[in-house]
Amino acid sequence: MLDNQNILSIENMSVQFPALSGSVKAVRNVSFRVGREKVGIIGESGSGKSTTGRAIMQLQPPGAVVTADKMQFEDIDLLGASEQQMRNIRGSRISMILQDPKYSLNPVMTVGEQIAETVILHERVSRREARARTVAMLERVNIRNPERVYALYPHEVSGGMGQRIMISMMLISSPSLIIADEPTSALDVTVRQQVLSILDDLVTERNIGLIFISHDLNLVRSFCDRVIIMYAGRIVETIDAENLEHATHPYTRGLLNALPSLEHPRDRLEVLKRDPLWLET
Amino acid sequence: MTMIKVENLAVSYGHGHNALKVLRDVSFEVAKGETFGLVGESGCGKSTVLGALAGRIKNWSGSIVIDGEGADPKRTKSQLAKQQMVFQDPFGSIHPRHTIGRTLLEPLEIQGMDRRHERIEEVLRDVGLSHNFRYRFPHQLSGGQRQRVAIARALILKPRILLLDEPTSALDVSIQAEILNLLKDLRERENLTYVLVSHDMAVIAHLCDRIAVMHDGIFVEVTTRSSLFRGDVAHPYTRNLLDGSRGYVATKPPREVAVG
Ligand SMILES: Nc1ncnc2c1ncn2[C@@H]1O[C@H](COP(=O)(O)OP(=O)(O)OP(=O)(O)O)[C@@H](O)[C@H]1O
Ligand SMILES: Nc1ncnc2c1ncn2[C@@H]1O[C@H](COP(=O)(O)OP(=O)(O)OP(=O)(O)O)[C@@H](O)[C@H]1O
Ligand SMILES: [Mg+2]
Ligand SMILES: [Mg+2]
Repeated sequence: MLDNQNILSIENMSVQFPALSGSVKAVRNVSFRVGREKVGIIGESGSGKSTTGRAIMQLQPPGAVVTADKMQFEDIDLLGASEQQMRNIRGSRISMILQDPKYSLNPVMTVGEQIAETVILHERVSRREARARTVAMLERVNIRNPERVYALYPHEVSGGMGQRIMISMMLISSPSLIIADEPTSALDVTVRQQVLSILDDLVTERNIGLIFISHDLNLVRSFCDRVIIMYAGRIVETIDAENLEHATHPYTRGLLNALPSLEHPRDRLEVLKRDPLWLET
Repeated sequence: MTMIKVENLAVSYGHGHNALKVLRDVSFEVAKGETFGLVGESGCGKSTVLGALAGRIKNWSGSIVIDGEGADPKRTKSQLAKQQMVFQDPFGSIHPRHTIGRTLLEPLEIQGMDRRHERIEEVLRDVGLSHNFRYRFPHQLSGGQRQRVAIARALILKPRILLLDEPTSALDVSIQAEILNLLKDLRERENLTYVLVSHDMAVIAHLCDRIAVMHDGIFVEVTTRSSLFRGDVAHPYTRNLLDGSRGYVATKPPREVAVG
C-alpha cells in the first residue's frame, strides 16, 4: 500500500498498567496500518483490543504508559501531540464508539440533548435546527419513535438503542478514522444489518478508515476487508477477511472451532487449549 | 413440573399520554430444568420480561408464578434469591468501587452462607478466572472479564433459576464456548431453569429447548430448537432472524480494496 494511502501507522506499540505486583502489560509490541478500509480486530477477551483503541485516542486511564516507535495519524504524530491537539482530534478527526455506550453518555442529560449538542458543535446551527437534525439522525439508525427516544435519559434506553445513539453521534462529525468497539453486539440481526450498511457507506463515500473490534467471527468475515487477530496483548496473525477460514494460527483455528452453528449442531462446544508457546511468538 | 408461569404480563413505562406500553400481553410457561429463549428486535421488551421475573421491575400487571408461589411485585429475600439475573450490561451491573472479592462476598453475607472463601474460589474457577482476580477493581478488567464476574455473582447463591440477558455477547467465542458448556453442565448438575435472551440465533439454538420470538410487545411465535435447526419456522420475522445470522450482506457491490 502506498504510504499516502495510510491513515494510521502504528509501530511497536506497548501499553502497561501499574499493578500491585509490578505491572500488567496489556499490549505488547503491536504494529499495524490502517488505510481506507475496514480492519477487524478479533481476539480473546482481555487480549488488549480496547486498550489498543484507547491508546490511539490517547484516552488511557491515569498511570497507564504507552510506548511506541511510531504512532502516526495522517499528518499528526500522536506520540508528540499535546492534550489540546488531541482534544481537537477526538470526535472530529478520529471517532471512537466505546464498548460501553450507555456509560459513556452523560447520565443527567437526555440522549437527544446530547446528540443535539454534538450537532451544534459541528455544524453551528440553531437549537431548533439541531433538534430536527437529531431526530432525523435517530431515524436514520432505525430508532422507532425518535421523538420519544429524544427525551429519554441513558438509563431508560435499551442496550441496542444505546449503541445506535453512539453511532448517530459519530455520523454527525466527519472523522477520517472510526474506531468502533463492539458497536453492534446488542442489536438484532436485522437492525444490525442496517446499521452496518450505514457504516459501510460512510467508509466508502467519505473514503475513510474503520477499525472494527468484534467477537462475532461471521460478522467480521463478511463485513471487514482485513482482520487482525490478537492474543495476550500481541498480534498473532493478520489475514484477509475472506480467508479467515484458512487462518493458520492455532488460536484463530480454535476460535473458528468454538463457534456454535445452526448448520452443524453439537452437544458440546470445542474449547480452546491455550498453549504457553503462543505467548512467545 | 412448571417452574415459571407467566400470564397476561403487561408493562408500561412513564405516565399519562407519555406512557409507553412495552409489553402488551405476554404468557408462557417454563418447566423445571428447561431453557426458554427470548429473541426479537432491539427495544421490543426482552430485558423488561426478565426484569419483571427478577422482581426488579415492579409496575407490571398480569400474573407471575414462580415455583408454585405467586410473585407479588414485593417479594421476600428468599423469594428474590431463587432467581438471579445476569445483566446485558457488564459495566453497569457491578459496583465500580468494590473489589471483585467484595462483590462476590456481599450476597453470601446477606444470605448468611457459610464456606465463603471456598465458594468464591469455586465460582471464579467455574467462570474461568484465576483467584487473583479477587483483588481487582472492575475498571481493571476487560469487558469479557467483567461479564464473567457478573455470571459468577449470579451463580454464587446457587439459585434455582438463572435469567440470562445476552450473557455471552461481550465474550470472545472461545470463552463463550466455555460459558455455554458451563451453563449446560450446571443445568444438568443442579437441575437449573434458564430464561435466555440473545441476538445470536446459533447460541439460542444451542442452549434452548423452546424459543419465543417477540415483536412489538407480544410473542409472534414460540418454536423449538429442532425447528430452528431445520429452518422450519412460521413467522416471516423469525425467518429474517435466521437468515440474518449468517453475517453481513453488502447492499452494494464491494469496492476494490487496496491491501497493505
Ligand atoms: N485500568 C487498568 N488497570 C489494570 N489492568 C487493566 C486496566 N484496563 C485493562 N486492564 C487489563 O488489560 C488487559 C486488556 O484489556 P482490554 O480491555 O484491552 O481487553 P479487550 O481485548 O478489549 O477484552 P474484551 O474483549 O473482554 O473487551 C486485560 O487483562 C485487563 O484486565
Ligand atoms: N426506565 C425506563 N423508562 C422509560 N422507557 C424505558 C425504560 N426502560 C426501558 N424502556 C423502554 O422500553 C422498551 C423496551 O426496552 P427493553 O430494554 O426491554 O428492550 P430489549 O428488548 O431488551 O432491547 P435490546 O435488545 O436493545 O436490549 C424500549 O423502548 C425502552 O426505551
Ligand atoms: Mg474490550
Ligand atoms: Mg435488552
